[in-house]
Amino acid sequence: MSLISTLARLEAVESGRAQPLATVRHRHLSDRPLVLVPLTTAGEAGAPLGALVGTDPGEPRLLVVAQPRDRDLRFAFLADLAEEVLPYVDSFTDVVEAAERSETDPETGKKVKVEVDLCADAPQVIVPSRAGIEYVRLLGRSMRFRRTAEQDPETPFPAPPRVPLLGRWLTHFGERARVPGSSLLLSATDLLNRHWATGQSSLEDQHLGALLAWIDADGPESGAEAALRAELGRDPQGQLFCPPAGPATDPAFDNRLLAPAIERFDRARQALASAEDGESADERLGELHVAEREIRRLILSQLRPTWDAVWRSVELLRELPAGERVADRWTRDRWSFTGHRDRIVAGEPPQPRRDDAVTAAQKLAARESAQSQLEAQEALDDPLVLAGRRLAGEAFVAEVVEVTMAWSESKRPSPRPLLTVRTDDRPHLGEGTKVYRSLEGKPQTAEFVRSEEDGSLVLRITDRMGRSKEPAPGSVPEKGERIAWTLFEHDQRVGAKLPEREETPWTHGGPPRSDTPDPELPDAVTPEDLL
Amino acid sequence: MPHPLDARALAALAANPGCRRRALLDGAGVDKTALASKLGSPAAFGQSQFAFMRGNAFEAKVKADGGRELLRLLGIAEPGTVRVPELAAAGPEGRVARTALALREATEAGTWALLDHPLLSLEVAGSPAHLEPDAVVVHPDGRWTVVEIKSFPMIDGAADASKVGAAARQSAVYVLALERVAALTRGAEVAHSVLLVCPKDFSNLPTASVVDVRKQLSVTRRQLARLTRIEEIAAALPDGVTFDVEGCSARELEAAVESVPHAYAPECLSACELAFHCRERARGAGAVEALGRSVRGELGGLTTVGDVLAAARGEEGDADDPTVEALRRAAALRAEALACR
Ligand code: SF4
Repeated sequence: MSLISTLARLEAVESGRAQPLATVRHRHLSDRPLVLVPLTTAGEAGAPLGALVGTDPGEPRLLVVAQPRDRDLRFAFLADLAEEVLPYVDSFTDVVEAAERSETDPETGKKVKVEVDLCADAPQVIVPSRAGIEYVRLLGRSMRFRRTAEQDPETPFPAPPRVPLLGRWLTHFGERARVPGSSLLLSATDLLNRHWATGQSSLEDQHLGALLAWIDADGPESGAEAALRAELGRDPQGQLFCPPAGPATDPAFDNRLLAPAIERFDRARQALASAEDGESADERLGELHVAEREIRRLILSQLRPTWDAVWRSVELLRELPAGERVADRWTRDRWSFTGHRDRIVAGEPPQPRRDDAVTAAQKLAARESAQSQLEAQEALDDPLVLAGRRLAGEAFVAEVVEVTMAWSESKRPSPRPLLTVRTDDRPHLGEGTKVYRSLEGKPQTAEFVRSEEDGSLVLRITDRMGRSKEPAPGSVPEKGERIAWTLFEHDQRVGAKLPEREETPWTHGGPPRSDTPDPELPDAVTPEDLL
Repeated sequence: MPHPLDARALAALAANPGCRRRALLDGAGVDKTALASKLGSPAAFGQSQFAFMRGNAFEAKVKADGGRELLRLLGIAEPGTVRVPELAAAGPEGRVARTALALREATEAGTWALLDHPLLSLEVAGSPAHLEPDAVVVHPDGRWTVVEIKSFPMIDGAADASKVGAAARQSAVYVLALERVAALTRGAEVAHSVLLVCPKDFSNLPTASVVDVRKQLSVTRRQLARLTRIEEIAAALPDGVTFDVEGCSARELEAAVESVPHAYAPECLSACELAFHCRERARGAGAVEALGRSVRGELGGLTTVGDVLAAARGEEGDADDPTVEALRRAAALRAEALACR
């Protein structure tokens, strides 16, 4: 954490209110995100217990598994989830715009530009917390190798039709979420933590209720008091006012409320199975419904506060204007989405269980470059982020006090103007160090020449002044201008908006799947498997 | 009085080895859960009965078939005779002695043996503490391997790294305790890797992976060597301090707890029952550690929120102190950036 963020935390402690860590929004927010709040059964690898899902804050769809150990009920849950998520995803696949991509011609081996479709917009899934993101990955992993009866009539426990496809999409979202700055799958806690500093530690900031208590505090109560209530406050029955944001549930909820309700449900099912005549069957079916409704009510009571908190987070973030370069990163997300759409249409098998070495290395490299790009873009978009880089000596804001025209000594002299600038910052400059400023959204390079005795710095501008001897109008700063210079490059990537190789479908020369020539086999099924 | 150090106590020891308050309370066998409730800041730990039942069922499955299932996980298909010695005995001292005897006999016998829930003892801060690993396997060649059975899944051969890390830290303490017994047993050697057993993928079938705990061992050894002896901590207490949770009033207990210094850091929240109580104290005192250990590291000699902010605003502090200087620049840059919103 930079000293500036630490200071923000301390100010939050003092004022009892969260303090800004950003002046703009650094993540894309869809106009129509899909919020997913999942719950899982304690101690089980991934037996879902229920979820709230939907795009309308006022109308979540409630999905519940009344007996998480029952495979049929779990499948029904996943089928319902597919019914909510896939139409949402599909609504983005058909609206496309034309885009260009350079590809290697298989015959000539030359790079050629081809026109391809790029989805005009992409889905965005928001879950409450990082644990929720992990859970999306887990759900994806558990479903993508399932077989439906149509794929394999022999399969012992066929999955409902669209479940494997949902698994592939959730896997893709989960994988994309590992790319810094990506926004296909986001968590509310990460979003809030990027933009505000609370007066508590980053560990406590993982609790959505406590985090919101600091950020959304109004009235006389301090953030710390409100957060404490969110963390620990219980009603007279011992239940939390603010249930955990999932997927784990509160043990007190499990033990006092849920376990007895599930037991009642089990008994009602047994009773129904052993009903001897129609009349008693009707009556027992009624009891089963009552038991099931009770479980639904209980699960909803745990989910609803989190659902509301996620939407409240979205609302708070919408109040911040988007950073200028956020759209650029969203374009990469759209490429990622389009690439996966194409892979599915092309009939590729699901993502392998483990990446082969080449793919793994490529992904790692892509994530690293996304990270440095994100850091650069955030600093350029936001003076508060830039302030951290200035403090670290990686950027400086300076006023131009003098401009001296000069030219290169080649046959066709190009402009190489010298700027004398004054700054209170302390950049780590050595002779020849390159520095960059943003000129109409593009980086302009200068190099450090020397420091003057009075402390001012001399820089030489080296590019973006046009082809003539005289610099193009507006390409050289004027006396009195205050300019932010960075020691880091603004866009390290070549072909910035092209999809990464991993995102390229095999029909478009994507990566060979070197170690998995055959589609992967489904997981072995055992009588007690969970998903 | 020795008493079992459970997994949570071990985790708390690893999370905050330097805390004298925790050391004394654990060393004295005080029920910290009850203490925290009585102090008005109950611990938020609890176990869901679903997790409990599933965990027990899974452990039983792993240990089924007279230990053969576990040996299969170790890669031994045909173990021959597998001894599963009876370890029951009266009282913890008896169980510790029984475990040592069983280990010796099994090592001498030169066959495979599975010790189910052995009891070990280890000196922690100068006082004996008892430890109960899930199992120990004795190899025919005299090697002993600690087995840790967890209910988090291993998916495609990998489990959650932070959970594996916690299991490794816990197992390292068992290895240390076993080494004391091994030192007195001819031909015995304790393996420095442990067997972590977890459910495979989404099933309840066990799968295992061998986890090298050498790093955790040296960290734990160092931490244990550095602990202040409990007697010393106790000697520094004012006379008449007791932690009788049943007998004392909340106010008396509060004073008693207050008389032992704490070392609160946010890591306590996931490890120690007293965390909410200590956090309240740390926050009340304006301690910057409440925001994280790294925060403390950044702020040099300034330890309270008030001091840091006063220094940053130029109201206090020595401008030549590099921390104070950096704080002032940070504050100025932050203010400038916020002003152009
Ligand atoms: S919570 Fe308190 S007693 Fe427990 S380890 Fe932390 S500081 Fe020590």
